[in-house]
Amino acid sequence: MNFLHQLLEKQRPLFEKGGKFEQFYYVFEAAETFLFTPPSTTPARGAQIRDAIDLKRMMMTVVIAMLPCLFYGMWNVGHQHYLAIGQEADFLTKFILGLKHTLPIILVAYASGGLVEVIFAIMRKHPINEGFLVTGMLIPLVMPVTIPLWQVAVATIFAVLVAKEVFGGTGMNILNVALTARAFLYFAYPTEISGSVWTFLGEGATTVDGYSGATALAIIAETSATKGSNFMPGAAVAALNSVSWAPGLFSFENLFMGAIPGSIGETSTLMCLIGAAILIATGVGSWKIIVSVFAGAYLTGLLVNAVAVNAYMDLPAHYHLVIGGLAFGAVFMATDPVSASHTETGKWIYGFFIGFFTIIIRVFNPAYPEGIMLAILLMNVFAPLIDYYVVQANKNRRLSRATV
Amino acid sequence: MSEVIKLKKGFNINLAGKAATRLAEHTPETVAIKFDDFPGLYRPKILVKEGDAVKAGSPLFFDKAIEKVIYASPVSGEVVAVKRGEKRKPIEIVILCDKTIEYTEHRRFTISDIANISAQDAINHMVSSGVWPQIVQRPYGIVADPDIAPRNIFISTFDTSPLAPDFEFVFKGQEQYFQVGVDILRKVGKCDVHIGLNAGAEISKVFGSVKNAKLHRFIGPHPAGNVGVQIHHIAPINKGDIVWTLHPYGVIQIGKLFLEGRYDASKTIAVVGSELKQPQYYKTVLGANISKLIANNLKSEHVRYISGNVLVGQKIAANGHLGFYDHMLTVIPEGDKPRFFLTEGWLAPVVKRLSFHRALGLLSFLNGNKEYVLDTSTNGEERAFVATGTFEQVVPMDILPMHLIKAILANDYDGMEALGIYEVVEEDLALCEFIDVSKQPIQQILRQGINMMRES
Repeated sequence: MNFLHQLLEKQRPLFEKGGKFEQFYYVFEAAETFLFTPPSTTPARGAQIRDAIDLKRMMMTVVIAMLPCLFYGMWNVGHQHYLAIGQEADFLTKFILGLKHTLPIILVAYASGGLVEVIFAIMRKHPINEGFLVTGMLIPLVMPVTIPLWQVAVATIFAVLVAKEVFGGTGMNILNVALTARAFLYFAYPTEISGSVWTFLGEGATTVDGYSGATALAIIAETSATKGSNFMPGAAVAALNSVSWAPGLFSFENLFMGAIPGSIGETSTLMCLIGAAILIATGVGSWKIIVSVFAGAYLTGLLVNAVAVNAYMDLPAHYHLVIGGLAFGAVFMATDPVSASHTETGKWIYGFFIGFFTIIIRVFNPAYPEGIMLAILLMNVFAPLIDYYVVQANKNRRLSRATV
Repeated sequence: MSEVIKLKKGFNINLAGKAATRLAEHTPETVAIKFDDFPGLYRPKILVKEGDAVKAGSPLFFDKAIEKVIYASPVSGEVVAVKRGEKRKPIEIVILCDKTIEYTEHRRFTISDIANISAQDAINHMVSSGVWPQIVQRPYGIVADPDIAPRNIFISTFDTSPLAPDFEFVFKGQEQYFQVGVDILRKVGKCDVHIGLNAGAEISKVFGSVKNAKLHRFIGPHPAGNVGVQIHHIAPINKGDIVWTLHPYGVIQIGKLFLEGRYDASKTIAVVGSELKQPQYYKTVLGANISKLIANNLKSEHVRYISGNVLVGQKIAANGHLGFYDHMLTVIPEGDKPRFFLTEGWLAPVVKRLSFHRALGLLSFLNGNKEYVLDTSTNGEERAFVATGTFEQVVPMDILPMHLIKAILANDYDGMEALGIYEVVEEDLALCEFIDVSKQPIQQILRQGINMMRES
């Protein structure tokens, strides 16, 4: 591989100061460091050896942790399609159909976001950061498969620009970039990201009798709204189980497995847990955040159960953990180290409140069927405040020591 | 014996090339005193010029901020170079060594003399003989001011850094000097002397039975042996506190000054590292030239010579000199080779390179007690701070390193002070620099912060 490196190095003068493509230096740098760990050595003073880790490897770990969700999601896109039109299909057919409709979304997200990254790297003269490896994968996974590609591009560009670059780029952002993209679509183009958009049906396809593309969240919300306070205990679960066009679609087991309508990558709690296992085992994702989001959601679920006055409040707490995007958000979105709380104590508080607000938004807010997105964005905003108090406590310990 | 202070946080870096317990004599051609070894120097006034003959203990320079403290020649010989850099900034003074060392003779004290000497007389004796720069004050990690009394004095008697010399071997048989050094320090500091002992090894023959000092035992991974970490757990440094720290070498040197009447700069060092044929100990002298130590002793050609350990040391040339406070020479391979991303780079599984992390493909945590051959590659490029919560895992102190570093970068003086900048010097955060995913120069940033606090 040495000849390739030498070939690249021969081009280096073109990109260095005074070279023809001077302004593209960081594009060159990104390409070269992608292929080769650079021959840079430690400075004369300070640590003379360095850990084997680098940011690329760390980000790659997150991408790999997302792969189970992605592959399952691809299969599920096909599965939901054939379920809706009432046809049988084998595993591969379903997967390939999903692949065909998912891949363009992924490519568009990477291309549009990557373009913004490159432009800013050139303008601001800073290296292209590896963080987008993760963001570019997260965005497709939280989109419905029917999303128009131009909307993916617009949302990604908006998110990278407004959520990240205006704050100074990677490491400086306050909001989670991928969730900002989704929130943007949610408020700018609500019809394409809510309602019956979760299943790809195809042109002129006829659906099975009684078909409805509603998600579990929508069914529960509707049950709750129509029945009001005259609900029977267990009405929400009964409504989920009475889906007539596909029996057992919203059974607890199936909700956990994830063969249900929803965004591409977020339906399967099981796959999210596999991702969580990878993130926790490698130490890349904070287990404190993941655990505390689930704990916060579960405890809040129990709390609203105890004082239930409608069907949604009565929904068993463990159902909350498997419906909607809670698991995906807890594992991949809340753990984004930049927008999460930076202190270890803060991570517990931050995660717990994400879980708490998710359930509160789901149960009490009729406008938004899903709460995790807004809960994480809200806690992103509060994370610096949490950190402030944790850091202040450290400072106070030091001060009180001095006065004793 | 006091109870054992157990430290859990930290990380041991187990490198190949440990010193065999064998001692050889080494007489260097030249020695040098390098000005960069004293980060607190204000404006040094050099007292010698090229061609001057000096004795061991003759003053070479002093600092205009603390005029009475002289920095002495470690050997007798001829000053062959006074090197200066830009704006005549002094870099080093090089002395060609005599065959046999002649000493500046000082008064010899008996044990009863030492008991009766006044604190001021002892200080005057120390500052004018060359031993004083061994006393390093915290905050800031600079040579102590003899006019400011410390709150406490701290001595760590073991070193947990990679390939560190074994003090039991290096200071064997020096108990008497160490005891006298402790007694003198207690007298001149008018305060308690705290000594950190290694609870992970047998009771120290050299340090374990020292009197007139408070003994504390520590156990844990590196940096448990750092005096800064020990201070934090014994009596942490608060705003306004001054404490003194000494390496056992400095304590023994003080003891020798009083008992023998000489500034004795002889030093036993460990010459270690994976690229040496025979890593072992050498009895040499402070600031010794290393060329004879490495001649015919190298396994490979493309290596880096480090004065000190691999975490806080300094790169020196093949004919360079050891640093003033360093007790080891480490030789490791240079790592200036590109690595293809699929075969050795960021997508490949890595077994041979040590990592504190377990991110995908980093398998070194499976290796147990394997000894590593690590090179000087940065293993990646400098990036913005992204990862959180890892620095805290290698700093066994109630300090938030990431927040401290960010306060320094933001020029936030109040923040630095409140987050504990007085408690740390470079070596205490060196592991953060090693494990940092973003490859930031943590130690350099910390020193900038310390300098900002000193100048404010």
